[in-house]
Amino acid sequence: MLNRTADNAARATPEPLAKKIRGISDKGLAWLFISPTILLLLAINIFPLFWAIYLSFTNYRANRPNEVVKNLGLANYKRILGDQDIWIAMQTTAHFVFWTILLQTVIGFTLAWLIDRKFRGHAFWTTIILVPMMLSPAVVGNFWRFLYEPQIGLFSYVVSFVTGIPPTNVQMLSNVELAPWSIIIVDTWMWTPYVMLICLAGLRSIPEYIYEAAEVDRASNWRQFWSITLPMALPFIMLAVLFRGIENFKMFDMVNLLTGGGPGSTTEVASITLKRQAFESWRTGYSSAFAIILFVAVFGLANIYVKALNKVKQR
Amino acid sequence: MSLTTAHSVVAPSSNAKLIAGTIIIAYALISIVPLLWIFATSFKTPPDSIAYPPKIVFQPSIEGYCNLFTTRTRQTPEYINALGPPTGFCDETVRKRNMVIAGPSNFLPRFVNSLIIAFGSTFCAVFLGTLSAYGFSRFKVPLADDLLFFILSTRFMPPIAVAIPIYLMYRELGLSDTALGMILLYTAVNVSLAVWLLKGFIDEIPREYEEAAMIDGYTRLQAFWRTVLPQATTGIAATAIFCLIFAWNEYAFAALLTSGTAQTAPPFIPTIIGEGGQDWPAVAAGTTIFLVPILVFTILLRKQLLRGITFGAVRK
Repeated sequence: MLNRTADNAARATPEPLAKKIRGISDKGLAWLFISPTILLLLAINIFPLFWAIYLSFTNYRANRPNEVVKNLGLANYKRILGDQDIWIAMQTTAHFVFWTILLQTVIGFTLAWLIDRKFRGHAFWTTIILVPMMLSPAVVGNFWRFLYEPQIGLFSYVVSFVTGIPPTNVQMLSNVELAPWSIIIVDTWMWTPYVMLICLAGLRSIPEYIYEAAEVDRASNWRQFWSITLPMALPFIMLAVLFRGIENFKMFDMVNLLTGGGPGSTTEVASITLKRQAFESWRTGYSSAFAIILFVAVFGLANIYVKALNKVKQR
Repeated sequence: MSLTTAHSVVAPSSNAKLIAGTIIIAYALISIVPLLWIFATSFKTPPDSIAYPPKIVFQPSIEGYCNLFTTRTRQTPEYINALGPPTGFCDETVRKRNMVIAGPSNFLPRFVNSLIIAFGSTFCAVFLGTLSAYGFSRFKVPLADDLLFFILSTRFMPPIAVAIPIYLMYRELGLSDTALGMILLYTAVNVSLAVWLLKGFIDEIPREYEEAAMIDGYTRLQAFWRTVLPQATTGIAATAIFCLIFAWNEYAFAALLTSGTAQTAPPFIPTIIGEGGQDWPAVAAGTTIFLVPILVFTILLRKQLLRGITFGAVRK
């Protein structure tokens, strides 16, 4: 009853005043609703980030907490930028990101385009194709070690069956040349459906009447594909590429389980280097500096991503 | 009409459909072979699992599952013969390999940890996410775009980079290797997904409903509780499943920040070893048990998948 009176009064008064009359103001409520999330992120993400920034200027080692911490200024950063191994790790990462994204985009788009023919049962088979991307990269990646096992592994067996190479010689994980590809194969197997799903949405967003108009103009199928299908699906393809790019830049799970960075350091991507420095060599200050550099790189990518994302949304 | 036809006035010809269908079905079948192989391996005996050529037809056995849940010790035949009759199928199987069951393995506690941490963090992330999403969706929040970007950007940090300071912070706070620590961490990671997804879902609910409810005398809070929440149920459920899947599958944080009491299944499963190397049937059994819930959820979610994986950027 009281509420109703208040509300009646509120409706008779100008908007800003009306909001105050209804108990908690909207502004108050908005902050009440949003602040817990912001506080949590400040505590679990931002505070540690600042701690890492502080550590990156020191020689702190997490396994010797009682040692006197020396301030090194920018020395850690200088050492990282001059460190040959770090640059090799960055190159390895770039190699992974390039090939996984190229393969996933080409295969994913082709699959989406084929599914868009809407043959009978396409919904069912699409669901089957989507399964790998929902699974844990670590748990499934771990099992691929078994599939890659020379001789007894299914993958090696099939490869030797098809190519005629003796089965004991198909050593995907321990061969310097093949080890990077063994990871690219698993990543492509797992994430092609992801690109496919986004591309499919892109293809389905193209209005039918554009094709009808093209048909009236007697544009060839080839022409229709290059001047309608591909350009109109492009923002979606870009979205998928950027998302995969950021994810694969951080790639850790699969590499850690399949090769652990080896043989030697042929598959040592940035995350693996970081883990080795931080949790095996315990060079906490040094690895914090590397983490900050990686974060800045990813943040740059994220910025581009959000811009592209807004472009897609505007359509 | 050739296969290169995209959409057209006429639907794709039956020939084009046939070729497209064949390629897609072939891809689908090849891509699930690794998963079928995991399932098959979980029912093989250890010798069958490492046979050459790989065995497609084999005598099914639950030895892998027995080994997954137990630890075993090798004993002399005399010792085993002196024991009473086997107490169950697993006991019998193990004894045939000159071993006795020494006790339960760590798999069950690790699996329970996964359940507690995944559900706990999902609940927290969806709770916080729903409130924030409503706030961003309905009110003029100053710097809303910047805040939303800030929330999303936390998701882009490489997990190992985050793990270094978190490791130190948890050591100071006594949260290392605790379920609470992992729940907090996963909540923080998932809340970004929850806010973005739920904002999309809540944006789709017309404001008129709440306005009507408020004219009827509800306060803003009551209107949120009684009109918005019931309509957002599907979105909340889909978001919850996405958070659950992330927390369930997560490996990097779990591997670096847990080692014993709070360890989850993903870092544990790769460490299952038998005598003389990895016990693949047991690993496959653990993997199968671990993957089945996700398969069910994927099928339940298939209509919302696109939205979930793009943070709500693409809606069908």
